Amino acid sequence: MTDTGIGARVRRKEDKRFITGHGNYTDDINLARQTYAYFLRSPHAHATINSIDTAEAAKAPGVLGIFTGDDLAADSIGGLICGWLIHSKDGSPMNAGGHPALAQGKVRYVGNEVAVIVAETHAQAKSAAELVDVDYSVHDAAVDTGSAQASGAPQVHEEAPNNTVYEFGLGDEAATNAAFEGAAHVTELDIVNNRLIPNAMEPRAAIGAFDQGTDAYTLYTTSQNPHVARLVLSAFIGVAPEHKLRVVAPDVGGGFGSKIFIYAEETVCVWASKKIGRPIKWVAERSESFQCDAHGRDHVTNAKMALDKDGTMLGLRVKTIANMGAYLSTFSSAVPTYLYTTLLSGQYNIPAIYAEVDAVFTNTAPVDAYRGAGRPEACYVIERIVETAAREMGLDPADLRRKNFVTEFPHVTPVIMTYDAGDYHASIDKACEMIDYSGFGKRKAASEAAGKLRGLGFSAYIEACGIAPSAAVGSLGAGVGLWESAEVRVNPTGNVEVLTGSHSHGQGHETTFAQLVSDKLGIPVDQVEIVHGDTDKVQFGMGTYGSRSGAVGMSAVYQACDKVVAKAQKVAAHVMEAAEGDIEFKDGSFSVAGTDKSMAFGEVALTAYVAHNIPEGMEPGLKEGAFFDPSNFTFPAGCHICEVEVDPDTGVTQVVDWVAVDDFGTVINPMIVEGQVHGGIAQGVGQALTEGAVYDTESGQLLTGSYMDYCMPRAVDLPELRLAFTETTCPSNPLGIKGCGEAGAIAAPAALMNAVTDALGVADMPMPASPQNVWAALQGAKQAAE
Amino acid sequence: MYEFTYHRPATVDEAIALLKSADDGKLLAGGHTLLPTMKQRLASPSDLIDLGGALATGIDVSNGCVTIGAGTCHADVATSSDVANAIPALAKLASMIGDPHVRNKGTIGGSIANNDPAADYPAACLGLGATIVTSAREIEADDFFTGMFDTALGDDEVITSVRFPVPAKAGYSKFPNPASRYAMVGVFVSSAKGGIRVAVTGAGPCVFRQGDMEAALEGDFASSAIAGVTQADGDLNSDIHASAEYRAHLVGVMARRAVDQATG
Repeated sequence: MTDTGIGARVRRKEDKRFITGHGNYTDDINLARQTYAYFLRSPHAHATINSIDTAEAAKAPGVLGIFTGDDLAADSIGGLICGWLIHSKDGSPMNAGGHPALAQGKVRYVGNEVAVIVAETHAQAKSAAELVDVDYSVHDAAVDTGSAQASGAPQVHEEAPNNTVYEFGLGDEAATNAAFEGAAHVTELDIVNNRLIPNAMEPRAAIGAFDQGTDAYTLYTTSQNPHVARLVLSAFIGVAPEHKLRVVAPDVGGGFGSKIFIYAEETVCVWASKKIGRPIKWVAERSESFQCDAHGRDHVTNAKMALDKDGTMLGLRVKTIANMGAYLSTFSSAVPTYLYTTLLSGQYNIPAIYAEVDAVFTNTAPVDAYRGAGRPEACYVIERIVETAAREMGLDPADLRRKNFVTEFPHVTPVIMTYDAGDYHASIDKACEMIDYSGFGKRKAASEAAGKLRGLGFSAYIEACGIAPSAAVGSLGAGVGLWESAEVRVNPTGNVEVLTGSHSHGQGHETTFAQLVSDKLGIPVDQVEIVHGDTDKVQFGMGTYGSRSGAVGMSAVYQACDKVVAKAQKVAAHVMEAAEGDIEFKDGSFSVAGTDKSMAFGEVALTAYVAHNIPEGMEPGLKEGAFFDPSNFTFPAGCHICEVEVDPDTGVTQVVDWVAVDDFGTVINPMIVEGQVHGGIAQGVGQALTEGAVYDTESGQLLTGSYMDYCMPRAVDLPELRLAFTETTCPSNPLGIKGCGEAGAIAAPAALMNAVTDALGVADMPMPASPQNVWAALQGAKQAAE
Repeated sequence: MYEFTYHRPATVDEAIALLKSADDGKLLAGGHTLLPTMKQRLASPSDLIDLGGALATGIDVSNGCVTIGAGTCHADVATSSDVANAIPALAKLASMIGDPHVRNKGTIGGSIANNDPAADYPAACLGLGATIVTSAREIEADDFFTGMFDTALGDDEVITSVRFPVPAKAGYSKFPNPASRYAMVGVFVSSAKGGIRVAVTGAGPCVFRQGDMEAALEGDFASSAIAGVTQADGDLNSDIHASAEYRAHLVGVMARRAVDQATG
């Protein structure tokens, strides 16, 4: 192994350019004769468009073109798609409704794209937009998740009666009912998983460019998966044939899921670039990011858990209403179904589970995957109800968990998952030790003496990453397979280019993927270049989301490296006149066993390329590709414990301690993994403590449309995070990797809300635990006690 | 942002002349309210008259008063040892405004002239009984803050300095809005020869004096004296971050903490 191989704390190679301002983001790219797009958006949550008069705006200075939904229709440009077909319990397919890139006939949320104005400058386009006269008939809006299906609620899409997209079910209803009948104790919780706005540091952006010479389009865009974007834009939306469309996702400043999806703006920029005959750039203003990036979460859930008198779990019943917003975004339908209900068993041996999910349309921004995507919602349900059950039954919450942990693997849950490996006792034991669980009483007393309420909360989370195998997800309705590709190109001088279908937008692939190659080929990381994010350079790949790049993407690189070594071994054997079986490859050198004969990796590479002396019949060169399709999901798991102090006078909650013990399988770079955990916890704390998208329930206006009202977590909101790792190896990929990108965001909200409710002595309170909400919960508890 | 004509006069008189001659002129101090509003196209002045070269900056402590030039930025007040010695609560208040960008560009004159209902400085002015000195006259703080984003300033009147009498004791306690860090409730208290002042910002449509608390503190300047004084919630602000009821509660908590700070 090199000192930059697997397990080394290699500093991030990409940080030099990011920190010194030499990154190359979409907005840094400027093409010759570039023009600018501004999208006129609906000011109403729900309205019929009677007419759009663009005559005045078209005469405004600098305006080159104005297009509406009618123009898209005239060019037979299809609508945006949802790529996962969910069926209801009765077997019927989901009710999707159309999603034109520019509104046709109706607008369905505040921010819905109505027209695009293309001008010489952004300011000119924006000024001209004020001259577009849209005549609307405004309708009542369906805004609230829980009441969207009520009779008489405004209807968002004709295709979806009662605003119901699907009524999904998973598990065995009869067995679950039977489990509840015999139960000594039933715990019930009504919980809301608050709606979040992603807030990537870099707003979305796109440049569409049409080349009249080649009839080919190029789209530069902020994407987590440029090949998928190209596939959707060509095969489904019909902007251009796949071979005439290049999609480039250069440096991307954070995604958290929100840049997986194929949105209206990039679609329109590509399409309109041919009509204008010049490149068109669009960069979201922050307000547009708030209004139009796909939001996350937004569930209303009733959950019941049945236990016997000793605390053995017997059954779980969950009914969730999931808000999809006004249109089905790219992967939205899968989030509250196969990414949510399948994880409701948590780390526990629950004999019977039945989960139902109604997905509903509302007059709000589309909701789709956001860091964790379904799994934070599942973790929140199971970890809140387990903690509540322990409190109701007078049991220690750690012991109740231990009593019910899955301990034998593989373990098939009642919600179709097969857990492959884990040691849940190891993580909770370690976490309890780190936080000094037995000393909590003393700390609580000390806080009380200082006038503060102290609480402790657990979150023994499990998640599923690296969604796979492709055939299985296909059978569940996915429109694509979820494998990953890699090509390892060894250059004649022995350094290496790796082309990966994964995409890095903060994860540090340029470092960790290089570490893998360093480990496999015995060359230093600075001899390895990771190439990603350009469909003209990289073979088809599926992109980065769902913590899949390590488990799936790196496994493809691993396999391609193996192929490279196998071929190089043949070349080395030939040159050194030895039997292939006698060749040993170690530390970047091929040697003949039992002799002092050896060839460096670079020498072998040069030999393969000059091809003067390679085995008879062998093709010259040293370049291999691989596609890796895992045999199962991976199952990262662990235990987070946090402690909070609440000021009862003001309702302010301070997180005073946090321990996280995670099992991610093999860790490539502990420093980067710790960074992922830090970021994940910060986002989870954000959801539980500060964040929350709020719409006016009458008008459908977004009330949290800027940082003046949408409260992002700040450094002062977090304590020093204390991390540790346990390790069980994942059997479904050659590296034993489970994935780490989302774990913190999945685990954190339940831990924090368990701690806050513990401190306040209340059964539940809504997220976020903002000062006002905490104070209101305290007032409620006080009144209940009186 | 719409187009406008930019001016940078060298004197206050010149600024007033420009303001008079403009169709719809606006004075620009630190710009931390006006410029975002213009960028959002919510304001479209014909002329922007930058006071950066015209306003006095600096802090003078003499004759029992702290006088701050209208163009002085919050960071200078926050870090001034003269202010910290004379009225520590005022330096503390300045250190709690916004973020480093705001504190290094925003000015006391701009803040007071804007009279944002959630701004900090109006609480200091009213809580200390300051005098607002303008190009035309001197206005007592009690008469200056007339309503939400409204002041006693005339159309062509420019604040030139603010004079704070040094009190015996003063304290400022602020509960920031979790998102914006503006005051959701901020209470400034002082005890001086002229009497007790309790000024509340953030809670209502305009900074106001809490008379019941002032009366209770008159005899006993201690937080225990106002423990039983409640703030009515009828006229208070209510939004997604804090109901009027919660704000009323916080007025009591912040007032007690401000008194503790002043007496601690």
